[in-house]
Amino acid sequence: MNANNSEPVIVAFCCHYCAYAAADLAGSGRLQYPPNIRIVRSPCTGRLEINFFMRAFEAGADGVLVAGCEEGSCHFKEGNYLAKGRVNTARQLLEEAGLEPERLRMVNVSAASSQKFAEYVREMVETVSKLGPSPVKKIIDIKDANKEQTGAIQ
Amino acid sequence: MIVAERKTIPELVDILRPHKNILVLGCGTCVTVCLSGGEREVSIISSALRIASRVQGLNFKIDELTIERQCDNIFIEQAAETIQKADAVLSTACGAGVQAIAERFPEKPVYAGLNTTFLGILEERGVWTEKCAACGTCVLHKYGGICPITRCAKRMMNGPCGGSREDRCEVRPDRPCAWQLIYKRLKDIKQLERLTEIEPPKNWNSSLSGGPRALIREDHKI
Repeated sequence: MNANNSEPVIVAFCCHYCAYAAADLAGSGRLQYPPNIRIVRSPCTGRLEINFFMRAFEAGADGVLVAGCEEGSCHFKEGNYLAKGRVNTARQLLEEAGLEPERLRMVNVSAASSQKFAEYVREMVETVSKLGPSPVKKIIDIKDANKEQTGAIQ
Repeated sequence: MIVAERKTIPELVDILRPHKNILVLGCGTCVTVCLSGGEREVSIISSALRIASRVQGLNFKIDELTIERQCDNIFIEQAAETIQKADAVLSTACGAGVQAIAERFPEKPVYAGLNTTFLGILEERGVWTEKCAACGTCVLHKYGGICPITRCAKRMMNGPCGGSREDRCEVRPDRPCAWQLIYKRLKDIKQLERLTEIEPPKNWNSSLSGGPRALIREDHKI
Protein backbone atom coordinates (compact mmCIF):
# COMPACT_ATOMS: atom_id res chain seq x y z
CA MET A 1 0.00 0.00 0.00
CA ASN A 2 1.49 3.34 -0.94
CA ALA A 3 0.35 6.87 -1.62
CA ASN A 4 1.06 6.63 -5.35
CA ASN A 5 -1.15 3.60 -5.81
CA SER A 6 -4.47 4.88 -7.07
CA GLU A 7 -6.22 1.55 -6.45
CA PRO A 8 -8.01 1.82 -3.10
CA VAL A 9 -7.25 -0.71 -0.43
CA ILE A 10 -10.22 -1.76 1.64
CA VAL A 11 -10.03 -3.88 4.76
CA ALA A 12 -13.12 -6.08 5.06
CA PHE A 13 -13.88 -7.50 8.48
CA CYS A 14 -16.16 -10.48 7.83
CA CYS A 15 -17.90 -12.58 10.45
CA HIS A 16 -17.18 -16.29 10.28
CA TYR A 17 -20.76 -17.52 10.16
CA CYS A 18 -22.29 -15.31 7.46
CA ALA A 19 -20.21 -12.74 5.61
CA TYR A 20 -17.06 -14.84 5.36
CA ALA A 21 -19.14 -17.79 4.17
CA ALA A 22 -20.77 -15.48 1.59
CA ALA A 23 -17.33 -14.34 0.42
CA ASP A 24 -16.25 -17.97 0.22
CA LEU A 25 -19.36 -18.85 -1.77
CA ALA A 26 -18.68 -15.92 -4.09
CA GLY A 27 -15.27 -17.43 -4.74
CA SER A 28 -16.60 -20.94 -5.27
CA GLY A 29 -19.27 -19.57 -7.59
CA ARG A 30 -16.63 -17.67 -9.61
CA LEU A 31 -18.40 -14.37 -8.98
CA GLN A 32 -16.38 -11.36 -10.04
CA TYR A 33 -15.78 -8.49 -7.65
CA PRO A 34 -12.94 -5.96 -7.43
CA PRO A 35 -9.72 -7.33 -5.88
CA ASN A 36 -9.30 -4.27 -3.65
CA ILE A 37 -10.50 -5.88 -0.45
CA ARG A 38 -8.35 -7.58 2.15
CA ILE A 39 -10.60 -9.90 4.13
CA VAL A 40 -10.05 -10.35 7.86
CA ARG A 41 -12.16 -13.13 9.31
CA SER A 42 -13.64 -12.49 12.73
CA PRO A 43 -15.57 -15.00 14.85
CA CYS A 44 -18.41 -12.47 15.00
CA THR A 45 -18.73 -8.78 14.17
CA GLY A 46 -19.42 -8.32 17.89
CA ARG A 47 -15.73 -9.07 18.43
CA LEU A 48 -14.74 -5.97 16.48
CA GLU A 49 -13.78 -2.97 18.57
CA ILE A 50 -13.77 0.65 17.47
CA ASN A 51 -9.98 0.70 17.62
CA PHE A 52 -9.78 -2.14 15.06
CA PHE A 53 -11.32 0.23 12.51
CA MET A 54 -9.26 3.21 13.67
CA ARG A 55 -6.01 1.23 13.48
CA ALA A 56 -6.87 0.05 9.97
CA PHE A 57 -7.20 3.67 8.87
CA GLU A 58 -4.06 4.62 10.77
CA ALA A 59 -2.18 1.89 8.93
CA GLY A 60 -3.28 3.42 5.63
CA ALA A 61 -6.51 1.65 4.63
CA ASP A 62 -8.60 3.74 2.24
CA GLY A 63 -11.80 2.14 3.43
CA VAL A 64 -13.08 -0.38 5.95
CA LEU A 65 -16.02 -2.65 5.27
CA VAL A 66 -17.63 -4.47 8.17
CA ALA A 67 -19.77 -7.39 7.02
CA GLY A 68 -21.91 -9.26 9.49
CA CYS A 69 -24.95 -11.51 9.58
CA GLU A 70 -28.35 -10.12 8.71
CA GLU A 71 -30.05 -8.36 11.60
CA GLY A 72 -31.83 -10.88 13.80
CA SER A 73 -29.76 -13.83 12.59
CA CYS A 74 -26.41 -13.34 14.31
CA HIS A 75 -24.95 -16.67 15.40
CA PHE A 76 -24.17 -15.04 18.75
CA LYS A 77 -27.57 -13.31 18.88
CA GLU A 78 -26.54 -9.68 19.19
CA GLY A 79 -22.98 -9.36 17.84
CA ASN A 80 -24.03 -7.55 14.68
CA TYR A 81 -26.10 -5.06 16.69
CA LEU A 82 -23.06 -4.31 18.85
CA ALA A 83 -20.97 -3.87 15.71
CA LYS A 84 -23.57 -1.51 14.24
CA GLY A 85 -23.27 0.81 17.25
CA ARG A 86 -19.49 0.66 17.19
CA VAL A 87 -19.31 1.36 13.46
CA ASN A 88 -21.56 4.39 13.94
CA THR A 89 -19.38 5.67 16.78
CA ALA A 90 -16.23 5.09 14.74
CA ARG A 91 -17.76 6.98 11.80
CA GLN A 92 -18.40 9.90 14.15
CA LEU A 93 -14.81 9.75 15.38
CA LEU A 94 -13.42 9.61 11.83
CA GLU A 95 -15.46 12.64 10.89
CA GLU A 96 -14.18 14.51 13.95
CA ALA A 97 -10.63 13.55 12.98
CA GLY A 98 -11.15 14.87 9.44
CA LEU A 99 -11.72 11.64 7.47
CA GLU A 100 -14.87 11.05 5.45
CA PRO A 101 -17.19 8.72 7.45
CA GLU A 102 -18.24 7.03 4.19
CA ARG A 103 -14.88 5.27 4.24
CA LEU A 104 -16.32 3.00 6.94
CA ARG A 105 -19.47 1.05 6.27
CA MET A 106 -21.30 -1.87 7.81
CA VAL A 107 -23.34 -4.28 5.70
CA ASN A 108 -25.36 -7.35 6.56
CA VAL A 109 -25.24 -10.45 4.39
CA SER A 110 -26.40 -14.00 4.94
CA ALA A 111 -24.11 -16.97 4.28
CA ALA A 112 -25.99 -17.68 1.05
CA SER A 113 -25.88 -14.09 -0.29
CA SER A 114 -22.72 -14.26 -2.38
CA GLN A 115 -24.23 -11.97 -5.06
CA LYS A 116 -25.08 -9.41 -2.40
CA PHE A 117 -21.59 -9.64 -0.93
CA ALA A 118 -19.99 -9.01 -4.33
CA GLU A 119 -22.37 -6.09 -4.88
CA TYR A 120 -21.46 -4.51 -1.53
CA VAL A 121 -17.75 -4.82 -2.35
CA ARG A 122 -18.30 -3.15 -5.73
CA GLU A 123 -20.28 -0.33 -4.04
CA MET A 124 -17.61 0.16 -1.41
CA VAL A 125 -14.79 0.26 -3.96
CA GLU A 126 -16.79 2.77 -6.01
CA THR A 127 -17.47 4.99 -2.95
CA VAL A 128 -13.86 4.95 -1.81
CA SER A 129 -12.51 5.50 -5.35
CA LYS A 130 -14.66 8.63 -5.60
CA LEU A 131 -13.29 9.89 -2.29
CA GLY A 132 -9.70 9.29 -3.43
CA PRO A 133 -6.76 7.93 -1.44
CA SER A 134 -6.95 8.29 2.32
CA PRO A 135 -5.18 11.49 3.43
CA VAL A 136 -3.72 9.51 6.33
CA LYS A 137 -1.36 7.56 4.09
CA LYS A 138 -0.05 10.67 2.34
CA ILE A 139 2.57 11.09 5.00
CA ILE A 140 3.19 7.68 6.35
CA ASP A 141 3.38 4.22 4.89
CA ILE A 142 2.16 1.13 6.65
CA LYS A 143 5.56 0.17 8.10
CA ASP A 144 5.87 3.48 9.92
CA ALA A 145 2.31 3.18 11.17
CA ASN A 146 3.10 -0.22 12.62
CA LYS A 147 6.21 1.13 14.28
CA GLU A 148 4.25 3.91 15.93
CA GLN A 149 1.62 1.64 17.35
CA THR A 150 1.53 1.03 21.04
CA GLY A 151 -1.14 -0.21 23.40
CA ALA A 152 -3.60 -3.06 23.05
CA ILE A 153 -3.27 -3.87 19.36
CA GLN A 154 0.18 -4.63 18.13
CA MET B 1 -18.82 5.82 40.25
CA ILE B 2 -17.60 9.00 38.59
CA VAL B 3 -19.06 9.32 35.11
CA ALA B 4 -17.34 11.27 32.36
CA GLU B 5 -17.55 11.69 28.60
CA ARG B 6 -14.96 12.28 25.95
CA LYS B 7 -14.22 15.72 24.60
CA THR B 8 -14.51 15.91 20.82
CA ILE B 9 -11.41 15.35 18.69
CA PRO B 10 -11.40 18.96 17.32
CA GLU B 11 -11.49 20.23 20.94
CA LEU B 12 -8.57 17.95 21.86
CA VAL B 13 -6.61 18.95 18.76
CA ASP B 14 -7.05 22.62 19.72
CA ILE B 15 -5.88 21.94 23.27
CA LEU B 16 -2.85 19.91 22.15
CA ARG B 17 -1.84 22.00 19.12
CA PRO B 18 1.27 23.60 20.74
CA HIS B 19 2.79 20.21 21.65
CA LYS B 20 4.48 17.41 19.73
CA ASN B 21 5.18 14.47 22.08
CA ILE B 22 1.89 13.80 23.77
CA LEU B 23 1.07 11.10 26.27
CA VAL B 24 -2.55 10.00 26.43
CA LEU B 25 -2.86 8.73 29.98
CA GLY B 26 -5.80 6.54 30.89
CA CYS B 27 -7.23 5.61 34.26
CA GLY B 28 -8.28 2.08 35.12
CA THR B 29 -10.97 2.92 37.64
CA CYS B 30 -14.28 4.82 37.25
CA VAL B 31 -13.70 6.09 33.71
CA THR B 32 -12.86 2.57 32.57
CA VAL B 33 -16.18 1.33 33.94
CA CYS B 34 -18.11 4.18 32.27
CA LEU B 35 -16.25 3.46 29.02
CA SER B 36 -14.77 6.91 28.58
CA GLY B 37 -11.12 6.90 29.69
CA GLY B 38 -9.79 3.38 30.18
CA GLU B 39 -7.21 1.48 28.16
CA ARG B 40 -9.57 0.87 25.25
CA GLU B 41 -10.70 4.48 25.06
CA VAL B 42 -7.11 5.70 25.32
CA SER B 43 -6.34 3.57 22.29
CA ILE B 44 -9.34 4.96 20.38
CA ILE B 45 -8.63 8.61 21.27
CA SER B 46 -4.94 8.16 20.41
CA SER B 47 -5.81 6.65 17.03
CA ALA B 48 -8.23 9.48 16.27
CA LEU B 49 -5.60 12.05 17.27
CA ARG B 50 -2.98 10.39 15.06
CA ILE B 51 -5.38 10.40 12.13
CA ALA B 52 -6.31 14.05 12.79
CA SER B 53 -2.63 14.91 13.08
CA ARG B 54 -1.84 13.36 9.70
CA VAL B 55 -4.88 14.82 7.97
CA GLN B 56 -4.14 18.30 9.33
CA GLY B 57 -0.32 18.00 9.19
CA LEU B 58 0.13 18.60 12.91
CA ASN B 59 3.03 16.24 13.51
CA PHE B 60 1.74 14.88 16.83
CA LYS B 61 3.61 11.94 18.26
CA ILE B 62 1.14 10.17 20.48
CA ASP B 63 2.09 7.68 23.18
CA GLU B 64 -0.41 5.70 25.26
CA LEU B 65 -0.43 4.44 28.82
CA THR B 66 -3.13 3.46 31.29
CA ILE B 67 -2.53 3.20 35.02
CA GLU B 68 -4.77 1.65 37.63
CA ARG B 69 -5.80 4.90 39.32
CA GLN B 70 -4.78 8.46 38.51
CA CYS B 71 -5.97 9.94 41.81
CA ASP B 72 -3.42 7.99 43.81
CA ASN B 73 0.30 8.76 44.01
CA ILE B 74 1.26 5.10 44.37
CA PHE B 75 -0.11 4.40 40.90
CA ILE B 76 1.05 7.71 39.41
CA GLU B 77 4.62 6.67 40.24
CA GLN B 78 4.33 3.83 37.73
CA ALA B 79 3.76 6.38 34.97
CA ALA B 80 6.39 8.90 36.12
CA GLU B 81 9.09 7.92 33.62
CA THR B 82 6.73 7.98 30.63
CA ILE B 83 5.20 11.27 31.76
CA GLN B 84 8.64 12.86 32.06
CA LYS B 85 9.43 11.96 28.45
CA ALA B 86 6.29 13.63 27.09
CA ASP B 87 5.88 17.32 26.26
CA ALA B 88 2.31 17.25 27.53
CA VAL B 89 -0.14 14.82 29.07
CA LEU B 90 -3.71 14.36 27.95
CA SER B 91 -5.34 12.70 30.91
CA THR B 92 -8.50 10.69 30.35
CA ALA B 93 -9.25 10.52 34.07
CA CYS B 94 -11.89 12.44 35.99
CA GLY B 95 -11.12 16.00 37.09
CA ALA B 96 -9.56 14.67 40.30
CA GLY B 97 -7.16 12.45 38.37
CA VAL B 98 -6.13 15.24 36.00
CA GLN B 99 -5.33 17.50 38.97
CA ALA B 100 -3.47 14.76 40.80
CA ILE B 101 -1.17 14.33 37.77
CA ALA B 102 -0.74 18.09 37.39
CA GLU B 103 0.19 18.45 41.09
CA ARG B 104 2.70 15.61 40.90
CA PHE B 105 4.39 17.03 37.76
CA PRO B 106 4.41 20.80 38.30
CA GLU B 107 6.36 21.60 35.14
CA LYS B 108 4.37 19.40 32.79
CA PRO B 109 1.28 20.68 30.97
CA VAL B 110 -1.58 18.33 31.87
CA TYR B 111 -4.89 18.58 30.02
CA ALA B 112 -8.28 16.98 30.58
CA GLY B 113 -9.40 14.70 27.77
CA LEU B 114 -12.82 14.15 29.30
CA ASN B 115 -15.63 16.22 30.70
CA THR B 116 -16.35 14.86 34.17
CA THR B 117 -20.11 14.87 34.41
CA PHE B 118 -21.55 13.28 37.53
CA LEU B 119 -21.58 10.58 40.21
CA GLY B 120 -23.86 7.88 38.98
CA ILE B 121 -24.55 4.29 38.15
CA LEU B 122 -24.91 2.13 35.09
CA GLU B 123 -28.69 1.95 34.77
CA GLU B 124 -28.76 -0.29 31.73
CA ARG B 125 -26.24 -1.19 29.05
CA GLY B 126 -24.89 2.09 27.67
CA VAL B 127 -26.97 4.30 30.00
CA TRP B 128 -25.52 6.03 33.06
CA THR B 129 -27.64 8.17 35.35
CA GLU B 130 -26.78 10.65 38.07
CA LYS B 131 -27.52 9.50 41.60
CA CYS B 132 -25.43 11.60 43.99
CA ALA B 133 -24.46 15.27 44.11
CA ALA B 134 -21.86 14.75 46.87
CA CYS B 135 -23.61 17.51 48.83
CA GLY B 136 -21.85 16.51 52.04
CA THR B 137 -24.91 15.85 54.21
CA CYS B 138 -26.73 12.73 53.12
CA VAL B 139 -30.51 12.77 53.47
CA LEU B 140 -31.22 9.46 51.77
CA HIS B 141 -32.54 7.92 54.99
CA LYS B 142 -35.43 10.39 54.99
CA TYR B 143 -36.51 9.77 51.41
CA GLY B 144 -36.55 6.01 51.10
CA GLY B 145 -33.10 5.91 49.49
CA ILE B 146 -33.98 8.25 46.61
CA CYS B 147 -32.08 11.53 46.57
CA PRO B 148 -34.29 14.57 45.97
CA ILE B 149 -31.24 16.80 45.67
CA THR B 150 -29.78 14.91 42.75
CA ARG B 151 -32.79 13.38 41.12
CA CYS B 152 -35.36 16.17 41.47
CA ALA B 153 -34.59 18.86 38.89
CA LYS B 154 -35.74 21.52 41.39
CA ARG B 155 -33.85 19.95 44.31
CA MET B 156 -37.01 20.08 46.40
CA MET B 157 -36.68 18.86 49.96
CA ASN B 158 -40.47 19.03 50.41
CA GLY B 159 -41.94 17.84 47.16
CA PRO B 160 -43.50 17.16 44.83
CA CYS B 161 -43.62 20.38 42.84
CA GLY B 162 -46.87 19.49 41.10
CA GLY B 163 -45.46 19.89 37.63
CA SER B 164 -44.79 16.25 36.82
CA ARG B 165 -46.67 14.65 33.93
CA GLU B 166 -47.43 10.93 33.91
CA ASP B 167 -44.70 10.36 36.54
CA ARG B 168 -42.17 12.18 34.33
CA CYS B 169 -40.20 15.23 35.44
CA GLU B 170 -41.46 18.45 33.83
CA VAL B 171 -37.91 19.79 33.45
CA ARG B 172 -36.50 16.58 31.92
CA PRO B 173 -39.39 14.53 30.51
CA ASP B 174 -36.96 11.69 29.74
CA ARG B 175 -36.35 11.22 33.48
CA PRO B 176 -38.81 10.00 36.13
CA CYS B 177 -40.14 12.44 38.75
CA ALA B 178 -37.97 11.84 41.83
CA TRP B 179 -40.86 12.65 44.15
CA GLN B 180 -43.07 10.08 42.44
CA LEU B 181 -40.30 7.55 43.10
CA ILE B 182 -39.90 8.72 46.71
CA TYR B 183 -43.65 8.40 47.35
CA LYS B 184 -43.80 4.92 45.84
CA ARG B 185 -40.71 3.75 47.70
CA LEU B 186 -41.83 5.10 51.08
CA LYS B 187 -45.21 3.47 50.54
CA ASP B 188 -43.56 0.15 49.70
CA ILE B 189 -41.40 0.23 52.82
CA LYS B 190 -44.32 1.50 54.94
CA GLN B 191 -42.72 4.80 55.88
CA LEU B 192 -45.16 7.20 54.22
CA GLU B 193 -45.51 9.12 57.49
CA ARG B 194 -42.05 10.56 56.81
CA LEU B 195 -43.68 12.81 54.21
CA THR B 196 -45.73 14.55 56.92
CA GLU B 197 -42.56 16.02 58.38
CA ILE B 198 -41.51 19.38 56.98
CA GLU B 199 -37.86 19.45 56.09
CA PRO B 200 -36.12 22.78 56.84
CA PRO B 201 -34.00 24.44 54.13
CA LYS B 202 -30.78 22.54 53.51
CA ASN B 203 -27.51 23.85 54.85
CA TRP B 204 -25.30 23.96 51.78
CA ASN B 205 -22.13 24.73 53.75
CA SER B 206 -21.13 21.08 53.55
CA SER B 207 -21.39 21.31 49.77
CA LEU B 208 -19.29 23.37 47.36
CA SER B 209 -20.91 26.55 48.73
CA GLY B 210 -18.62 26.20 51.75
CA GLY B 211 -15.50 26.25 49.56
CA PRO B 212 -13.24 23.35 48.50
CA ARG B 213 -13.71 20.45 50.87
CA ALA B 214 -11.13 18.33 52.63
CA LEU B 215 -11.55 15.27 54.79
CA ILE B 216 -9.03 14.82 57.58
CA ARG B 217 -8.94 11.53 59.44
CA GLU B 218 -6.67 11.92 62.46
CA ASP B 219 -6.86 8.17 63.12
CA HIS B 220 -5.17 7.52 59.78
CA LYS B 221 -2.64 10.35 59.81
CA ILE B 222 0.98 9.72 60.57
